[in-house]
Amino acid sequence: MDLYSLTLTEVAKKIKNKEVSIKEVLDNIYSRIEDVEPKVDAYITLTQKNAYERAEKLQQRLDNGEDIGVLGGVPIAIKDNICTNGVKTTCASRMLENFVPIYDATVIKKLEDAGAIVIGKTNMDEFAMGSSTETSYIKKTKNPWDLSRVPGGSSGGSAAAVSAQMAYASLGSDTGGSIRQPASYCSVVGLKPTYGLISRFGLIAFASSLDQIGPFARTVEDATIMLNVIAGHDKLDTTSANIEKEDYTKALINSVEGKVIGIPTDFINDGINSDVKLAYDNAIKKLESLGAKIKEINLEYAKYSLATYYIIATAEASSNLGRYDGIRYGYRTKDFDDLDELYRKSRTEGFGDEVKRRIMLGTYVLSSGYYDAYYKRAQQVRTLIVENFKKAFESCDVIMIPTAPNTSFKFGAHNASPLEMYLEDIYTVPVNIAGLPGISVPGGFDKNGMPIGIQFIAKAFDEKNLLQVAYTFEQNTSYHNEIPTIEEGK
Amino acid sequence: MKEYEVIIGLEVHAELSTKTKMYCNCSTTFGADPNTHCCPICTGMPGVLPVLNERVVEYAVKAGLATNCEISRFSKQDRKNYFYPDLPKAYQTSQYDLPLCIGGHLDINVNGNKKRIGITRIHIEEDAGKLIHDAYTGDTLVDMNRCAVPLIEIVSEPDIRSADEAVAYMQTLKSILEYLEVCDCKMQEGSLRCDVNLSVRPVGQKEFGTRTETKNLNSFKAIHNSIEFEIQRQIEVLENGGVVHQETRRFDDVKGVGYAMRSKEDAQDYRYFPEPDLAPIVLSDEYINNIKDNLPEMPHIKKERYVSEYGLPEYDAEILTSSKKTASFFEKTNSICNNPKSVSNWLMGDFARLLNEKEIEIDDSKVTEENLASLIMLIDKGTISSKIAKQIFEEMFETGEKAEDIVNKKGLVQISDEGAIKEICQKIVDANPQSIADYKAGKDRAIGFLVGQVMKETKGKANPQIVNKLLLEIINK
Repeated sequence: MDLYSLTLTEVAKKIKNKEVSIKEVLDNIYSRIEDVEPKVDAYITLTQKNAYERAEKLQQRLDNGEDIGVLGGVPIAIKDNICTNGVKTTCASRMLENFVPIYDATVIKKLEDAGAIVIGKTNMDEFAMGSSTETSYIKKTKNPWDLSRVPGGSSGGSAAAVSAQMAYASLGSDTGGSIRQPASYCSVVGLKPTYGLISRFGLIAFASSLDQIGPFARTVEDATIMLNVIAGHDKLDTTSANIEKEDYTKALINSVEGKVIGIPTDFINDGINSDVKLAYDNAIKKLESLGAKIKEINLEYAKYSLATYYIIATAEASSNLGRYDGIRYGYRTKDFDDLDELYRKSRTEGFGDEVKRRIMLGTYVLSSGYYDAYYKRAQQVRTLIVENFKKAFESCDVIMIPTAPNTSFKFGAHNASPLEMYLEDIYTVPVNIAGLPGISVPGGFDKNGMPIGIQFIAKAFDEKNLLQVAYTFEQNTSYHNEIPTIEEGK
Repeated sequence: MKEYEVIIGLEVHAELSTKTKMYCNCSTTFGADPNTHCCPICTGMPGVLPVLNERVVEYAVKAGLATNCEISRFSKQDRKNYFYPDLPKAYQTSQYDLPLCIGGHLDINVNGNKKRIGITRIHIEEDAGKLIHDAYTGDTLVDMNRCAVPLIEIVSEPDIRSADEAVAYMQTLKSILEYLEVCDCKMQEGSLRCDVNLSVRPVGQKEFGTRTETKNLNSFKAIHNSIEFEIQRQIEVLENGGVVHQETRRFDDVKGVGYAMRSKEDAQDYRYFPEPDLAPIVLSDEYINNIKDNLPEMPHIKKERYVSEYGLPEYDAEILTSSKKTASFFEKTNSICNNPKSVSNWLMGDFARLLNEKEIEIDDSKVTEENLASLIMLIDKGTISSKIAKQIFEEMFETGEKAEDIVNKKGLVQISDEGAIKEICQKIVDANPQSIADYKAGKDRAIGFLVGQVMKETKGKANPQIVNKLLLEIINK
């Protein structure tokens, strides 16, 4: 068995026990990348030099008998909107194609303090805007299960890298489903923690009140270990919650005995693919057979989530992306006569269509005379959605819904209608709107062999319940053991 | 010509004298080399987040309490979005609909009349950077040292009716902010500046006229002159049958002329919305009361105390207390020499004149409280005459030397030895028979001439009372 096909937990143990050297692990993962990356295109930047230097230092410390951390020597990939000191962080945009941060995001510091080795930066939708990674200015990432299909998005590179065994785990960011949906499309575990559990310092903002960093991994256990490392209050992010640190691995108990699983029947509508629906029904049966109690719940406001999302997220984005003006860093147009033209041309040329579409939408909903009708109303609906979930959690421990209504689609399938693509996030967006934790775990395959994800949602900061149910589901199913062919599908 | 009434409201921007910036740990010190007081946070690099400096809230609350405002228990920060190269995030973090302080007032004194000016609100916001135009290369450069230096904006009600009232309001506000030590109020460095909203209407008309806003005035003179200018301009426009346009204006202090910058039609849509990166500001009663209980003595209270405790005239008390620095200089000097009226005379007279000429603040002067006190004590003991003291003070002001040292160095000790003075008096009397005759003929003024001659002979060192006494003795003998 090749090293790269081990789980994070397994490889960390082998390194710690000195069954393998960190260099061997790195050699192996980079050779895997060399083999597979030309087909998948998950990475924007590979950081061999830094990685090998770190590997040597970590190995020395390990050989000196030091504890090098729970992720000691484990290769990890990072979405390219998370700032890495001295390493290009592009947001897959022409605007930041050559941007090199002079600081690390808090999550990078935490990962490195735990011994992780960053091996590369992964592709994504430009500025995390999209659900297929097709809006990347840099390249198109392919789904390892069928290279003619998208990996999902926006964290498509991070999902594909883990799915194609080019990293043991990775970080993504999730604003409306950008971790869970690609996890579902690529058959890996994708966790979006509660808003405020992970510091956003160093995450290049898309929509500040919705963005959250989270891990991709091959198993729930691996994702939990990643969560343990990156969670916690950060004084550089005043929206990060100041709560006591928990050991989430304590939640890895193979039992749902007595747990109440909420099923929002009214929310699973006609737009759902029949194979996905079948997988979902099977998941319900599985949990019931394992001793969980299934309870129908009502989320009547959830259906307004997408509309709410496209007002709040675009409003915040239109402001957050104002700083890319060609003045201090990033792309600047070649020819301009005055300041106004410098702004206009730099932004016209530096941003792609989807980013511009959202900036315009956001500018519109915040503009004088429209604020009350759009932004203010959206915030009011947001409050209703939050209350809706609160009420639902009075009668259940964890809510289960599919991660996405469909499985991965062919490149360009939604080019004609961006709105169709927005609908792919219908099951993930409510979770961001309400600031809750959600996780997608492999839940089956459609008739084309494309992966289906099952999503669990819990109360804010109730990651333990979330992980226990997800872990139990995973331990009693075998979908996560399937590995992709990395070939073009039929 | 009709009689017109003037309606003025001021928006005052005061840079808070916190050590660090509003959302990061960069220094706020003025005058550093360009782009040396900045970091990824205040220069708006991708991925950074703001952390509110708690001092900013504390200082704004102090200003609110000292101006009789209601302090909001719940307020929030908002983004004001616009593009400009000195604004690296493309939004200014400010406060829109829920400011920290609301509904206060200030009492001002104009030509002996008291007047109350309402304060609509005080909110916190960050300053922008500075553009520097390089005349040599034609480039425009950005200095981000001032980016995110904290400000408070103090918005008055449209209660001000003249340039004098506006200046009095500004002076009162300045002295309060100085007393609170929340702003260094160095207007020439721009740390205290104001925008003037002004309209005129014929007396008796109920509706307000169209107002203009003159931006960024940073001296009392500029405030006064720009208001006089704008009043005249608006009246002329109306008298000539024209209409005043709502617009933003600038005032050229050197030329004494105001001009239009942009009209209302060009006004930007700032797309205000709540700053999602910062939690709302929630203040407890305990927090506010604690600040209230620890506010320093405000100028109007201090003034009353100067009258009752030191027996100073109200006029003196008013001037001494209008600046915290002057007041504290007064108190410290007097604590040493215990002659309040004399200290007051120095501070309001020669000292003030020299400070004005040099255009420096009292704490930048070389004269210390100890030195002024010992000068006064030298006069009080009769060691030097008050005339000599004026010379000595000028030298102290120039060099920072101690009064005693100058007196000793130059031999300026007053001659009070009657024997020595008598000799000189006799000499002067002998040399001026005509003056004696005049005096005896009833011209009292002649004695003044003789005193002057003696003083001249002694280079001003003779004690003038003794000179006077001895001259009369000699002449009347």
